Amino acid sequence: MNQRNLLGTTLLYLAAAIIVLVSVSPFVYMVLTSVKTGSALFDPAIWPKKADFGNYTALFDGAQPFGRHLLNSVMVASLTVGGAILMGVTASYALGRIRFKGKGLLMLTLLGVSMFPQVAVLSGMFELIQSLGLFNRAIGLVVPYTIFTLPFTVWILTTFMRELPNELEEAAIMDGCGPLRIIFQVFLPLLWPALVSTGLLAFIGAWNEFLFALTFIVEDAQRTVPVGISLIAGATAYEIPWGSIMAASVIVTVPLLLLVLIFQKKIVSGLTAGAVKG
Amino acid sequence: MLALMCVVAVWPLLRSIWFAFTETNINNLEASRFIGLENFFGPYGLFFNPNYTDGFWASDWGTAIRNTFQFAFVSVILETLAGLGVALLLNQEFKGRTLVRTAVLVPWAIPTIVSAKMWGWMLHDQFGVVNTVLLNLGVISDKIAWTADASTAMWSVVAVDVWKTTPFMALLILAALQTLPKDCYEAARVDGVHPLRLFWKVTLPLIRQPLLVAMVFRLLDALRVFDLIYVLTSNDSSTISMSGLVMREMVDAGNVGFGSAASTSLFLIIMLSAVVFLRLTRTKLEE
Repeated sequence: MNQRNLLGTTLLYLAAAIIVLVSVSPFVYMVLTSVKTGSALFDPAIWPKKADFGNYTALFDGAQPFGRHLLNSVMVASLTVGGAILMGVTASYALGRIRFKGKGLLMLTLLGVSMFPQVAVLSGMFELIQSLGLFNRAIGLVVPYTIFTLPFTVWILTTFMRELPNELEEAAIMDGCGPLRIIFQVFLPLLWPALVSTGLLAFIGAWNEFLFALTFIVEDAQRTVPVGISLIAGATAYEIPWGSIMAASVIVTVPLLLLVLIFQKKIVSGLTAGAVKG
Repeated sequence: MLALMCVVAVWPLLRSIWFAFTETNINNLEASRFIGLENFFGPYGLFFNPNYTDGFWASDWGTAIRNTFQFAFVSVILETLAGLGVALLLNQEFKGRTLVRTAVLVPWAIPTIVSAKMWGWMLHDQFGVVNTVLLNLGVISDKIAWTADASTAMWSVVAVDVWKTTPFMALLILAALQTLPKDCYEAARVDGVHPLRLFWKVTLPLIRQPLLVAMVFRLLDALRVFDLIYVLTSNDSSTISMSGLVMREMVDAGNVGFGSAASTSLFLIIMLSAVVFLRLTRTKLEE
């Protein structure tokens, strides 16, 4: 690795710099735009002359209940993570530790379902949500989100579950533990890393979801943030409030970005566990 | 638990397929009328419609299929190449590698809707930064309405998608690269093999399998694209995808029956493409 010549090294750093620039600059530009108001927005200068947080304050006392959207999103995403983890752990215990016929096929189906086009179940899901009385309520979104996250959660947890030593389970059985106690008191503490990565991925998925959120909710106060952002409108139909849209985007993105950057090792291992071993 | 899961997951799919054979309005799902294959092959159906005077590919559904495949193929190929490049770079040892790896994650962490809005603003015809920069560099002489002009709209969508999902590709490929045995490379270095030859003869064959799996993931994801196009180009006819058309028919127009027929076809088309891709590349998904 150490006989790289000067030219090679320069090219390497140049390429790295370009990659960093392309990845990060749109986000930086978004943040810069969000602190421009009025005519400053249409000034071609990239760096704002003065930072104005008017867009941010306007979001929370404006016509759209943006604060409410945020709360809805937090609630839906958290419940989805909780549900997916709870069901995922029990299901993956069955898949990872117990031998039964058709397991390989079941695993493949699981992987298939997680890559499923959401639109294909749209009308059936619409009916299901309506018959459960959850139409037009943010909490109803937890149902489709959990269904679509679960396969992936189960898939990853199963790969982790399989690697836990058999002796542990045998010892627990000898001591008289039932399956539920084995799952929650013996395995769960060992599964923390996997739980963190699947939980984060489930959270990100639910936080970003758009199609179901757009279809199943028509009342403004029940919407989640992605739909909220897509519907932010100006005073007239011809005026798009880019400043507010960018401010809302920054608010939605920053927590996610922090989560991803803090837990990047966990997230990357979660993502790759699903694919590389497949 | 597993059985319950299957029921909850499979039931909506079965109902959706059932709706495809009915005439149903979104406001009253109970009042559905069974009409057989009308939605697919009838006078107003998706395929072999006699009203398609300009042929199937000019119809709304044909256009949506074309758009979707065009989008999926171009973006998956570009993402694979870009992802491979980024992964090879990150696999080198150099100062600031962790910084670059972190930076690469940023586009992936930004929600699709946000990146669509953000690029929508950057590609704005009058005030967008992309036009300003390109004008100043002299690359273009007039401002271009990137997302509104039919000739550039699809390319804008592809560009945003590539920007957003290259990190995913890069991370998967990087993970594969890091499992490669070091001794192969030691031996090659001792023998003085040219790096390019080393890449073609050693690296590429070794990461072929994970690379193809990553491509299948992306292909399936790209074929069901909806939110990016819906927000970036407002679902106009030059970029509308299959999912977008289903949404338009089912939700905006309220024709649950026709929309379901389209979504069922979409489902079959995607499954078929996945099978064809796996066959062509002889990828095995089993462990």
